[in-house]
Amino acid sequence: MISTLAVALDDYWVTTIFRIVGGLVAILLPAGTLVYLFLFKMMSFMQSRLGPMEAGPYGSLQLVAEVGKWIQKEDIFPERADKYVFALAPVVVLISTFVLVLVVPFGPDAVLLDLDVGIYFALAVSSISVIGILMAGWASASKYALLGGLRAAGQLIAYELPLVLAVLGVVIQAETLNMNDIVRAQANWEIFGFGGFGMPFIITQFVGFCVFLVAIQAELTQPPFDMPVAESELVTGYLTEYSGLRFLLFFIGEFATAGVFSFIGSVLFLGGWWVPIPGLEVESNWWNIIGPLVMAGKMMLISFFIFWFRITYPRFREDQLQRLAWKFLIPVALANIVITGILKVVF
Amino acid sequence: MPKIPGMIVGLGVTARTFVRTVFPDGLLKPPNPSKGAHTVQYPREKEAPPARARGVIALHNDNCTACMLCARECPDWCIYIEGHKELAPPRRAGGKPRQKNKLDRFDIDFALCMYCGICVEVCPFDALFWSPEYEFSEPKIADLLHDKSRLADWMETVPEFLTYEDGSEQKVRKVPEPSS
Repeated sequence: MISTLAVALDDYWVTTIFRIVGGLVAILLPAGTLVYLFLFKMMSFMQSRLGPMEAGPYGSLQLVAEVGKWIQKEDIFPERADKYVFALAPVVVLISTFVLVLVVPFGPDAVLLDLDVGIYFALAVSSISVIGILMAGWASASKYALLGGLRAAGQLIAYELPLVLAVLGVVIQAETLNMNDIVRAQANWEIFGFGGFGMPFIITQFVGFCVFLVAIQAELTQPPFDMPVAESELVTGYLTEYSGLRFLLFFIGEFATAGVFSFIGSVLFLGGWWVPIPGLEVESNWWNIIGPLVMAGKMMLISFFIFWFRITYPRFREDQLQRLAWKFLIPVALANIVITGILKVVF
Repeated sequence: MPKIPGMIVGLGVTARTFVRTVFPDGLLKPPNPSKGAHTVQYPREKEAPPARARGVIALHNDNCTACMLCARECPDWCIYIEGHKELAPPRRAGGKPRQKNKLDRFDIDFALCMYCGICVEVCPFDALFWSPEYEFSEPKIADLLHDKSRLADWMETVPEFLTYEDGSEQKVRKVPEPSS
């Protein structure tokens, strides 16, 4: 929708403004919704309490209050910190999220950047946040931050691999890297002659979906994979020395990335903007309007699982966390790829 | 039936707590988290503490003999007692006047008190009592030193002594009326 309007107006600046606004909406709206609905409210209900209730009806303006509080706070730099790197680190983390949302399709034309290597691009730029976290950990001149940064780097690199391998199963089945074509592949896909109305890939790629869920949980450093920010031993890891606006940027980055990874997961496994109802036209222009809503619903579904796991499980130990990635998830994902490949050739 | 893995049982626990909190009257009734949650919204609604809750220590002035046992047993030394001896009229006509300890000062510094209850426990004359009242915070830390009259005021909030359950040591303690 965004780009069709922009093409109609056919002006560089209009396109740019639409892209910026669209990107901001696609980043900040899911992040705010996730934090309020899941982190504040669902977590409270799962712990038999009410959560924020004072700011606005049912605490719905709590986020405004929180952001206002963070902005007021002093921007503290540690004395021996590497000032420029320290100041840049949260921006790098946030930028990785913004670049990540570029290739997510919200409709046949409602995509900020329709790349042929879409999913490959997304997986590549999601690793940029590791650099930002390492920068934060190193520049803070604090042993807690350094240890947290190193742990985060080790964890993110370890879980990058099962993430990529889990996605590969989908790519083999869809025969494309373009994320919009992956959605179309799911819309036109059939199994043993049954189908024709477009089933999501989760039916055949269930193992891949499970590996993907665990891997993004770790990529987001959400509990139970929050060893890098383990407050009982590292204060808050690489976030220890940050305050005010820069902490807020890290915070937004964490939950916006949760939203964007949920978007990517819904494109890959749940059929993206497509609804599996027989008789719908894939190339209809209506998908540009309904698509974002469908995507939002599917994003909420995947995020619900992310936050449910976050609330339920206690933290993994560092060695358990690495063992799960290297000794369990990667072999399972590899086996999934082999089986998917064999079945793809056979049928 | 095979054993369900603990990972899945855990998810069930959080999901069940969620449903119980949001739908305390059953799934068909409208959600009512305020009723389902175990917490209360404190400044607006207050929780009634149990009768034996250790909130604040009350003093029944008339029973105190300034024997100093509580002050000496207090681990924090947060009880300050001063007293003097007074002559009381004799019990029988023509007898010697009795000596009585009169309490001049009895302060408990609740900034130091750790609510262990040893003073209440050791008092041989039943002058100290636990009150479940918990709202006595002060803007200034010095105001947490409660003097004799303030401690006596707390006597109004002391509930009647609850008998212990069957089989335990029966110890009955009479809570006196607040002295005027």
